[in-house]
Amino acid sequence: MAEISFQLLLLQLMTGLALGAIYALLAVGLSLIFGMLTVVNFAHGAFFMVGAFLGVYFLGLTGSFWFSLVLTPLAVGAIGLLCERFLVRPLYGRGIDYPLLLTFGLSYVMIESMRVLFGLEGVPTSVPAELKGVVDLGIGSFPTYRLFLIVATAVIIGALWLFIEKTRYGLIIRAGSRDPEIVRILGVDIARVWLIVFGIGTAIAGLSGLLAAPTRAVNAEMGIPVLAESFVVTVVGGMGSLPGAVVAGLLVGVVFSMTSLFAPEYAELSIFVLMAVVLLVRPQGLFGKAGLMG
Amino acid sequence: MTKTAQTDFLPRATAFIAKHRVAAVLAFLMIFPLVMPYEALALNILIFGLYAVGFNLLFGYTGLLSFGHAAFFGVGSYLTGIVIIRFGLSWWMAIAVGTACAGLVGLVIGFLAIRTRGIYFSMVTLALGQIVYYAFYKAENWTGGENGLRGITVENFGIFGIQLDILNPLTKYYVLFVFVAAALWLVSRILASPFGAVIESIRENEGRCAACGYDVARAKLLIFVLSSLICGLAGALRALHLSIVPIDSLHYLLSGQAVMMCLLGGMGTFFGPFVGAGVFLYLEDVATVFTTHWMAVVGVIFMLFVLYFPRGIWGTLIHRWQARRVHAGEAR
Repeated sequence: MAEISFQLLLLQLMTGLALGAIYALLAVGLSLIFGMLTVVNFAHGAFFMVGAFLGVYFLGLTGSFWFSLVLTPLAVGAIGLLCERFLVRPLYGRGIDYPLLLTFGLSYVMIESMRVLFGLEGVPTSVPAELKGVVDLGIGSFPTYRLFLIVATAVIIGALWLFIEKTRYGLIIRAGSRDPEIVRILGVDIARVWLIVFGIGTAIAGLSGLLAAPTRAVNAEMGIPVLAESFVVTVVGGMGSLPGAVVAGLLVGVVFSMTSLFAPEYAELSIFVLMAVVLLVRPQGLFGKAGLMG
Repeated sequence: MTKTAQTDFLPRATAFIAKHRVAAVLAFLMIFPLVMPYEALALNILIFGLYAVGFNLLFGYTGLLSFGHAAFFGVGSYLTGIVIIRFGLSWWMAIAVGTACAGLVGLVIGFLAIRTRGIYFSMVTLALGQIVYYAFYKAENWTGGENGLRGITVENFGIFGIQLDILNPLTKYYVLFVFVAAALWLVSRILASPFGAVIESIRENEGRCAACGYDVARAKLLIFVLSSLICGLAGALRALHLSIVPIDSLHYLLSGQAVMMCLLGGMGTFFGPFVGAGVFLYLEDVATVFTTHWMAVVGVIFMLFVLYFPRGIWGTLIHRWQARRVHAGEAR
């Protein structure tokens, strides 16, 4: 193996953080929905995939990456709202497995719908013109788009944190995830809160799909491995914990990119092995509450 | 008078079938290939039915929703194929090896997965199952990687002086049927045992089961391994049937198929998984003629069942019959 310089290592670390940013966004959406509704969204990978497709579609329609960046999460979130209202809501109180099973079936339908709409081969993507090229980070050149991924994720998660911690509605969300019964008694329409949280969670999934699109192939199957990977992140970080989702997302991204530097054939395996280790040492995840996991 | 006799017949018949459930299922499976349009479909339903039965042990009876059972199904398939191709083992030895290896993988995954509860269990089994998928995907020299494992041959053999042609689909069906029959008997035996009562009590109330002094963790691990053995056997049989092993056999989408078959047929019922596998594969067979978007059809049907018929086809029928039985009993 060629000599691996310190600079290369740092660059690979940055690449890992850019990948981890996507994982963190996915896991934040998943954790938000779970923390509030105790629903594991098995269609999360499918929402990610729909986000990628719609992102490319809106980019073609409006010609502007920034318009697409606004329209895509709105559209995916709207699909999420419809799904919660008409498919998930009837299942509340029917056992914890049913919403999970339903969203699994939903992912089949979403995958097939995208195949009908956009064809079997998927759509070509490229990095938006404004974000092409490389920037010098002092450790070597780094693709601008990947740096943008890290920054954009920081902004999105920062905004979400402000919303949840600092606004009145965020207070209701936090209270509702702790004790929905009391919140309902206090006169809050908790069903609407759940609806909105599901919408936000799926919108973030769609946004992460849009952001990831220029770095990977966009096709109907792209969400299938992503679902498994976002589960890994959630289990490592601790279910329902937002800081856990962020830290674990970045960690998983870095582990993946470091393994692909030293032993590329084990890259996919490495993150699952990381999860197995966490399960052995700390079953509730890095930031999880002990009671929740088992 | 005649009315009473009529209302009495169905409950009595179902009670009789419930009492001799293994014999009833086997009798059905005996004539099954003769009524199907072609034997390949019957073979598929036989194999996937067994796969769903193994999965049902965990999902239907213990209440643990695993999304990693494709790992056991696939390991059963791959190891059966590998020992035939690489070591020239006879096919029935290979089935034993494949099944045993699936059980071993089940022991490892089960050991890790039962540390989590409820919904995490599903996520963790899914992710652990994907480890097996990627490991086999990368080990190209042994597994053929993306192209799958090819060239599993089964020699003809004689039994009681009769030469059997395994390439004849009907003969193949009845040869594999023998293994399915043995597995079904074992499953029925497990469910009828005190241990079977323990796993059902875990499903109903885990805390109370533990308070009664049962070692819940050990019971879960044991049923996990038993379930993976049954699924491994189904995988082994599929390797012999197809004479190839596609890499998809290990993917979590195939675990999802077990979930779908189980729920469509009726979870926690003895015959339900076969009904589910039959309906699923028959629908697939019919629908692919009309549309390439078969997954959407499956997804919609599955969602409708989750929403409106969570008992599944067979489960709903049994529920109705039982209600009538109670009704008839009251009338008397």
